[in-house]
Amino acid sequence: MIKIRELTKRYGKKNVVENVSLTIQPGTITSFIGPNGAGKSTLLSMVSRLLDADTGEVLLDQNNVKKWKADAFAKRVSILKQSNFMNVRLTVRELVSFGRYPYSKGRLSEIDEKYVNQALDYMNLREIQDQYIDELSGGQKQRAFIAMVIAQDTDYILLDEPLNNLDMKHSVQIMKILRKLVDELGKTVVIVLHDINFASVYSDRIVALKDGKLVKNGPTSEIINSASLREIYDMDIPVQVQNGCRICVYFNSHA
Amino acid sequence: MKLWMLIILGVVLSFVSLFIGAIDIKVTDLLELDSDKLEIFLVSRVPRLLAIILAGAGMSIAGLIMQSLSRNKFVSPTTAGTLDAAKLGIMISMLFLTNVTYTQQVIFSFAFALAGTFIFMQILERIKFKDVIFVPLIGIMYGNILSSITTFFGYEADLLQNISSWLMGSFTLIISGRYELLYISIPAIILAYLFANKFTVAGMGEDFAKNLGLSYKFVLNIGLVLVAIISTSVVLTVGVIPFLGLIVPNIVSLYMGDNLRKTIPHTMALGVVFLLICDIIGRVIIHPYEIPVNVTVAVIGSAIFLIMLFRGRAYAKK
Repeated sequence: MIKIRELTKRYGKKNVVENVSLTIQPGTITSFIGPNGAGKSTLLSMVSRLLDADTGEVLLDQNNVKKWKADAFAKRVSILKQSNFMNVRLTVRELVSFGRYPYSKGRLSEIDEKYVNQALDYMNLREIQDQYIDELSGGQKQRAFIAMVIAQDTDYILLDEPLNNLDMKHSVQIMKILRKLVDELGKTVVIVLHDINFASVYSDRIVALKDGKLVKNGPTSEIINSASLREIYDMDIPVQVQNGCRICVYFNSHA
Repeated sequence: MKLWMLIILGVVLSFVSLFIGAIDIKVTDLLELDSDKLEIFLVSRVPRLLAIILAGAGMSIAGLIMQSLSRNKFVSPTTAGTLDAAKLGIMISMLFLTNVTYTQQVIFSFAFALAGTFIFMQILERIKFKDVIFVPLIGIMYGNILSSITTFFGYEADLLQNISSWLMGSFTLIISGRYELLYISIPAIILAYLFANKFTVAGMGEDFAKNLGLSYKFVLNIGLVLVAIISTSVVLTVGVIPFLGLIVPNIVSLYMGDNLRKTIPHTMALGVVFLLICDIIGRVIIHPYEIPVNVTVAVIGSAIFLIMLFRGRAYAKK
């Protein structure tokens, strides 16, 4: 269980994240939504230890994440950042194998190989496993990174805008895979999303941030309605139900 | 290119290297135990070959580590101020210590090379605009600043001649007793191989490395120490060999990728082969005189470097 307690992060005088407390429910997809600069990515980085908080703490199984040993933590929580600028020429298989690094330190055992193969199969990457990642399309590359995280086999998977630069087809693919990870493998996924409709259709819970503060936290159905969205985005957004999905029609709203 | 092909090529070239030079030595002379020729062989030719092998392998690995850790294909000991800092260290030791010993020179040079590279990495961390070409340009400028300080004090203290001898990478003066410092690059290379996976992970970026539970700063520092050890040993014995640490790892990366555990043996082998070829050319072209190896490396290396710049900008950016 991940618990966030009164977390604050300042850059200069500005509070980028201010006094945020919440609990990540295990076995769910939780989406972080909110306007640009709301502090979503910063919050995710603090949860995953990439950034240190100024005050407050993040607890993983009752222990402050800062107290966890690096490799023990890497077996429980993984993070993919939005800026996956990689100029390293690795093949897809090599990249996914490095997901086993916390366990193997680079010398793959038979068990590690099994996890790597499973991850490649899961993401449908077997056919291109020997291609270099810098030669892949955006969607393939994102799948390769997610395969690496699957091989890392952590309970918690944190993703910072994984749909960036992806077209509709690949975005849907990625979201379906995340759904499968939660439903079939029992993972807990926390994801920063910009498109609220993806958040609405695929996530179990939504956490909304605005100006660094937590404004909403609850099941998706309680957040995706015009009143709550008005509070988060300062926009009048009609919500329509299509095939059981709540779709926000924000394209011609008053901003 | 397969590893065994490079190794066979290296063995053949080593053999050629042993039997060319101002004095004609044949294999039969050695078998007949001709004492004069045997002495030249053991005091000059063999040490020279060993020095080439160690310097070639060492500088290539140093470049490979730097490119991985700085995440930039064009960073190397010559383009990040490492060698210039090492030279400054030798100068300072000569200026401030009377009767400077060899060990003191080594220590000073090492400390400066380490500090110099570390400062470059700090600069790199602070600049926002991390263009593939811009970063090494900063490194070259930074190296030139260090180098001009060395030249200034060298001029003041009348040590310029001394400095230019380190500037010029050459195996001409390598005889037994003057190259043994290079042996410390052997443990450095072995350590680099043991750390290969960690360097690869660190090369994926700090966030990535932390996600996989790697202590990024520690690995970074180990890498910088290894680079400084190798660079110092080469500068103090052979002198500055430009481009070697730049082009060799890049060529290997093009056909083998960046998984260091896989590429380190190739990089070493190609570095040795490349340096042997350059040295042999330098010894043959105006026989019985010699062109210093830094000239042949610079001519061949800069041509390859330019091709890489023009053709490979797209590749390096990825």
